[in-house]
Amino acid sequence: MNEQETAKQVTIYVDGQAVQVPAGMNLIEAVAQVGKEVPHYCYHPKLSIAGNCRMCLVEVGSPMRDRQTGEAVLETDGSPKIGWAPKPAIACAEQAREGMHVRTESNLIKDCRNGVMEFLLVNHPLDCPICDQAGECSLQEFATDYGRGYSRFIEEKNVKPKRTRLGPRITLDDERCILCSRCVRFCDEIIGESFLGFVDRGSYSTLTNYPGKDFDSNYSLNTVDICPVGALTSTDFRFKMRVWFLKPTKSICTESSVGVNTEVWSREGKIYRITPRTNNAVNDDWMSDSGRELYKQVEADTRLKEFRVDGNRVKLGEALDRVVELFKVDDRVAYVGSAHASLEEQFLLKQLVAVKPGPVSLAAHEQDGDGFLISNDATPNLRGALVTGLIDQKPRPALPELAELIESGSVKLLFVVNEDLTQLGITEALLRKVDIVYLGTQKNQTSRMAKVELPMLTVFEKSGTFINQAFRLQKFHQVVPGPAGLLPDIHILSRLLGLFQGIEPKPTSLDNLWQAMANGLPALKGHAFATIPDEGVLLDASPYKHINFCEGETLHYNPDCTT
Amino acid sequence: MAAQETRMLLKYTDEPGYTPDIGCYIKHGGYETLKKALKLKPEELRQEIKDSEIRGRGGAGFPTGVKWGFIDYKSGKPVYLICNADESEPGTFKDRQLMYKDPHQLLEGMMISAYAIQAKLSFIYIRGEMFRGAKILEQAIEEARAKGFLGDNICGSGYSCDMLVHRGAGAYICGEETGLIESLEGKRAYPRIKPPYFPAVFGLYQCPTIVNNVETLCHVKHAIDMGGKEFAKIGTPGNTGTRIWSVSGHIQKPGYYEFPCGGITMGELIYDLCGGLYPGRKLKAVIPGGTSSKVLNAEDRYTGKLKDGTPFDWSINDIPLDFDSFVHVGSMSGSAAVIVMDDSTDMVEALANINAFYAHESCGQCTPCREGCLWMNKITSRMMAGNAKETDADLLHSVSLQISGRTICAHGEAAAWPTESFVDKFRDEFLAKASGNASAKPESAYRLI
Ligand SMILES: Cc1cc2nc3c(=O)[nH]c(=O)nc-3n(C[C@H](O)[C@H](O)[C@H](O)COP(=O)(O)O)c2cc1C
Ligand code: SF4
Ligand code: SF4
Ligand code: SF4
Ligand code: FES
Repeated sequence: MNEQETAKQVTIYVDGQAVQVPAGMNLIEAVAQVGKEVPHYCYHPKLSIAGNCRMCLVEVGSPMRDRQTGEAVLETDGSPKIGWAPKPAIACAEQAREGMHVRTESNLIKDCRNGVMEFLLVNHPLDCPICDQAGECSLQEFATDYGRGYSRFIEEKNVKPKRTRLGPRITLDDERCILCSRCVRFCDEIIGESFLGFVDRGSYSTLTNYPGKDFDSNYSLNTVDICPVGALTSTDFRFKMRVWFLKPTKSICTESSVGVNTEVWSREGKIYRITPRTNNAVNDDWMSDSGRELYKQVEADTRLKEFRVDGNRVKLGEALDRVVELFKVDDRVAYVGSAHASLEEQFLLKQLVAVKPGPVSLAAHEQDGDGFLISNDATPNLRGALVTGLIDQKPRPALPELAELIESGSVKLLFVVNEDLTQLGITEALLRKVDIVYLGTQKNQTSRMAKVELPMLTVFEKSGTFINQAFRLQKFHQVVPGPAGLLPDIHILSRLLGLFQGIEPKPTSLDNLWQAMANGLPALKGHAFATIPDEGVLLDASPYKHINFCEGETLHYNPDCTT
Repeated sequence: MAAQETRMLLKYTDEPGYTPDIGCYIKHGGYETLKKALKLKPEELRQEIKDSEIRGRGGAGFPTGVKWGFIDYKSGKPVYLICNADESEPGTFKDRQLMYKDPHQLLEGMMISAYAIQAKLSFIYIRGEMFRGAKILEQAIEEARAKGFLGDNICGSGYSCDMLVHRGAGAYICGEETGLIESLEGKRAYPRIKPPYFPAVFGLYQCPTIVNNVETLCHVKHAIDMGGKEFAKIGTPGNTGTRIWSVSGHIQKPGYYEFPCGGITMGELIYDLCGGLYPGRKLKAVIPGGTSSKVLNAEDRYTGKLKDGTPFDWSINDIPLDFDSFVHVGSMSGSAAVIVMDDSTDMVEALANINAFYAHESCGQCTPCREGCLWMNKITSRMMAGNAKETDADLLHSVSLQISGRTICAHGEAAAWPTESFVDKFRDEFLAKASGNASAKPESAYRLI
């Protein structure tokens, strides 16, 4: 479609109410423009139209014209006479045309919906109380709106497999499947590989794998999200928790620089699952299976949970005093920043560098992306390190310059954020030549050798922002509290900064910090944490044009034509 | 005088010594029409077919010339011709005669049609069970190709079009044209939604495609041979040409009968051509156009107005055998398969049999047909098993109404109309089942396997 076509607006009438919509918009979306819902199961905005559930039937008509004269035929009251199509049409496949009339509430349409609901339920187990989908099931929901309330079906229900393993993460209950084919289309169209299909005919139709083909795609769990009923379940989440007890919090996936928008579901300080959050400029409605596992780092055994000085547990104040002391002993410091850290943390680290100067390095974490929602950069916020000025060029996977600085004795103190330097080309022998202050979430060889350990919070335990590969500034929110006694990283960093500057340390809020950031960093001018929209905001990428980033093409991202 | 057959398509088929090979066909004047057609412009041929007013013999009776007029030539994509030889509607066995006994007539009709619509390639999609028919057609295609009647540079005209036979795998739904196309593409025969997938625009491989029934394509040969306007003189206005009717059921001489549309009545077909009912029996009901058409009660009077406004008042025997009359009496001529039922018929049992078929053949894609067909089948099976309830008649009727008009393809109507009409026309019998439960037969007899 060219721009002109997409821009063309037509007027349609939904139950008599006029509304302007783009020409060709399907009637489910068009009717939504007047705040009405056309119930549907098989339709999904990101998949091809199947038209199989028949729940979305509406009546369509257009003003009648005289065959001979071509003039509009009028009712006795002067209003245009509408010629209604003899059969109802499926709203998902019907496109808005100028002057079209749509009925969504007529008796015929009510009867159609009741009929489809009854049909969907005749062979359905209807054991919502023990079904995992209960609470987020469109069948359950529409059944209360359109169901009969009693059953006319006295025959025996069909029997189908109840627990089919489709793949390593997916379990199918065929009796609950309403054969909407969303999952089949997702595989064919979004993954681009066929895994699922139907066997047998009629009401005995059964969803299954392609023979001998495990549904092991790293995107398999999206089918659980889009399955309108409790047929496809996550083997991991299945029957663990009732969804209505869970609270969703908006977050950003840290798996790669794509910055997939997510929702993290928790209850009483515990995370139960991560699902994708729609962002049509980033990840559409999808996310990887691997990204959904990342919350497990919260409870990892390797988590750093205590402030330590020389291996001994201390309070934060003592730990920070010890850092100041180390700087006093020898302030030939070098910093190792992190592209895993939030924009706010990077900003504060940069402030620290300004007060206590020293060379800054940052390691690249490149990987083989999948060209879809996992990019070649395994960190969520490399662009943040550029925007905050922490670095000014593309980082490399190892830090040979830093190794040389240590070797030559020109660096005596290392301030390390979140990296295990032994993995970045710096040997333990070298590390023994310096004092180390380590800030991070997980224990590693570097933390073990550190004089001061400052535990950080995971992305789930704090709020902040990342800048993704397309220079889209996106925010994440705290889902659960961090381990007892830990403080937000921005708090630690700003207190430390205060100590160096001799200012009375006061608690930092994100809003205050953002004032300073918007004033101090040209790229963030005019922005505030509170005003960043949920779908993020694109920053000017042009100052970084010269950098040849490692990312290739992914969904909605083409490295050759970033704005 | 007793009514008689007038054979055009079946003219030679049952003559002694008439064989399906090309030599015999040519001896009888075969392929002359193709040669003639290739000298005309494709548009001229298409106009002849419009003038002939041929209506599709596959079931819907849609005018063939109009259908060909929908082809989207502007797309610049190749055009395909498909012959629908899936003949699976219960009671129908006419295409089989045409293919088995006179395959070259079909091939000639197809090549004329292919040239007229400028098809790049043509297919015969034949019902899987007709493996002998597939062999016969393949043999005929070889012969015709060898003689230059199809393939490259047909009859030296410069026009080329080859023909392929594709065997189905035994599913009724492969006869529905968009299901057929999916199947031909190698997929599960799930009928497509219309809009947008009208075959003449987005057909085989998303290219403009014409699907026509075997008999329709045979008629094309005769329409071009005699000229469209001349063809239109056979039959009655809007119901042109001859038509082959398959007759089965409680009748002395079941079989296939060809005569001009509207040329004889139901009574004449049953009593003159088919030799009447079995001795001592009375006519109870007739399904006029294959099991998916609505049943007619022999006791009813059929009244109303014809298209031109003339009132009619018919008994079942008076109904003219054409396309429109069966619409006037609330049914359809469908695939022209007349199923005769005498007074020995248990109408619930007959419906149970039909319902078992449609429940088995629903492709399962869309909710109303998928669930409704099996539900109706479960009800009629239960009724036959001796567990009928008084509420069943109303329930069946209501379920059928929840299907028709709401599905992806016309299988919905095909399956719903029998139930709707059986209950409408023989309601008492359905109610009476509840009181006669004791004398019932076991349920398993009505399951198709
Ligand atoms: C369920 C179903 C089954 C059908 N089966 C056949 C069939 O076996 N043969 C056939 O010619 N048409 C069949 N049709 C009709 C075709 O969809 C199509 O209308 C026909 O082939 C067009 O040919 P015509 O215009 O020459 O009649 C069937 C339709 C439906 C809905
Ligand atoms: S899928 Fe929905 S309607 Fe079915 S049992 Fe589960 S919650 Fe209930
Ligand atoms: S498993 Fe779910 S998504 Fe897949 S066809 Fe069944 S109901 Fe639809
Ligand atoms: S109406 Fe029946 S046969 Fe046709 S698409 Fe729907 S389920 Fe399949
Ligand atoms: S949403 Fe299923 S048919 Fe339209």
